[in-house]
Amino acid sequence: MGKKDTNISALCTPAPGEAGRTGDWRDMRPVIDETKCIPTTKGKAACFLCWLYCPEGVVKMSIPVEIDLEYCKGCGICAEECPPNAIQMVREGEINE
Amino acid sequence: MSDVRIITGNEAASLGVKLCEPKVVAAYPITPQSALAETLSRYVEGGELKAEYVRVEGEHSALTVCISASTVGARVFTATSSNGLLYMHEQLHWAAGSRLPIVMCCVNRGVGAPWSIFNDQQDSISQRDTGWIQMYCRDNQEIIDSMIQAYRIAEEVYVPVMICYDGFVLSHTMMPVTIPDIESVRKFLPPYKPHTILSPEDPRTINSVLLPVRRANPEGVLCDGYMEMRYKLQAALDQSRDVIRKANELFAHTFGRNHGGMLWEYMTDDADLILTGMGSIAAEATVAADILRAEGVKAGVVGIRVFRPFPKDDVITAFGHAKAIVVFEKGISYGYEGALCSDLKAAFFGTDSKAPIHNYIAGLGGRDVKPRELVEAGKTTLAAVEAGRMNHEIKWLNCYTG
Ligand code: SF4
Ligand code: SF4
Repeated sequence: MGKKDTNISALCTPAPGEAGRTGDWRDMRPVIDETKCIPTTKGKAACFLCWLYCPEGVVKMSIPVEIDLEYCKGCGICAEECPPNAIQMVREGEINE
Repeated sequence: MSDVRIITGNEAASLGVKLCEPKVVAAYPITPQSALAETLSRYVEGGELKAEYVRVEGEHSALTVCISASTVGARVFTATSSNGLLYMHEQLHWAAGSRLPIVMCCVNRGVGAPWSIFNDQQDSISQRDTGWIQMYCRDNQEIIDSMIQAYRIAEEVYVPVMICYDGFVLSHTMMPVTIPDIESVRKFLPPYKPHTILSPEDPRTINSVLLPVRRANPEGVLCDGYMEMRYKLQAALDQSRDVIRKANELFAHTFGRNHGGMLWEYMTDDADLILTGMGSIAAEATVAADILRAEGVKAGVVGIRVFRPFPKDDVITAFGHAKAIVVFEKGISYGYEGALCSDLKAAFFGTDSKAPIHNYIAGLGGRDVKPRELVEAGKTTLAAVEAGRMNHEIKWLNCYTG
């Protein structure tokens, strides 16, 4: 901190959150029901369509599937694409998960 | 050893580009620029210019290719006219905001609608606020010489430069031009040093979104926000005035031709009446000044060579003592007046200059303007001022406005 920005054009090293944290202005958040999510119920790497479709790259291909809510923008694409409807979009502040 | 050839403005521009040795050229042909694009593709095809010529489907892509190539360290060139320049508009802002020293030619042509292929300067004037340096050439010698200066200026201040010259009046008109020798050009123009080196080993994200506030980058360094970045562009344009003047002086010293830095003057020392304009109409005004002098009117000419950054201090010195000023413009800021006229008035505001300024919108879409008509305009203005009418006026020259 305190160092002068000597760049004459805008640039940075590639990193999450180049544009600042985006999670704080989200008004819907994705919540995964692990009893329906395919990789979690089968116990093996499968499906991960939420990971594939998320435009922000914030879904982790893991068991259980994790979403980085610091940068999730709440667009709901993952919920739309999930085959067993394991993802619900809930209003921020309504359900405290 | 001088090499004088009788060539068109487009040929002068092509030879100028060749001397500056860009690594990438991308241009889409449009009248009256076409011969320039064609000649450059011939140079590349024939191995006379060791550059990659990227064929594109339109002007937006032409400038985008230049932006990309300049970002990874190549000296680049493009050229266009009229609606082609308007089609580049978004990328003009992008090139300036990315601080890329791109040089392009705008071969000035009226814009549609209605269609015209003929000359005026509405195309480049309407790109005034994109953050590019704009230079206007008065003859073919100045085109080739300005090209060489433009790369030096652009690469020193990291601001793109648009070299504007009048379609047909210069682009297709032959006149003698001295061709500089390549060794002197190489000495005058050092190799391009990009401000950012991109490499796969050390990647960068370029021009990601900046927020209204300053914020820390991933390494924790507090970085400039959008507004600071925009201020840096303005500061660079402000600083470029000195760089432009010095490049002109060094050029004059090296090659023996002085085109004026920000502007040039013709018989202004004792002039009561000063005619002004940009490009070929200013050159034509020198013929009008000669006629006026022969008739006993103390007339002179100021040619505005650089329109952005505006030569705000230079014009005060150059016009300071005139009793009357006539501004001829091949373009207009619709709903007000000629853009140059407005800028001059703003520069004179608060100074001792109280000279009335008469603005003549002239030569739109190739409408002919003869020196005699510039003489008449000058006389009318001077007569009005001498009769004590001190108001500014705007008129359309050679146009049925009834
Ligand atoms: S809501 Fe949108 S941003 Fe958030 S995880 Fe789903 S797809 Fe990604
Ligand atoms: S798309 Fe649905 S089922 Fe598939 S991994 Fe994501 S949450 Fe689980």
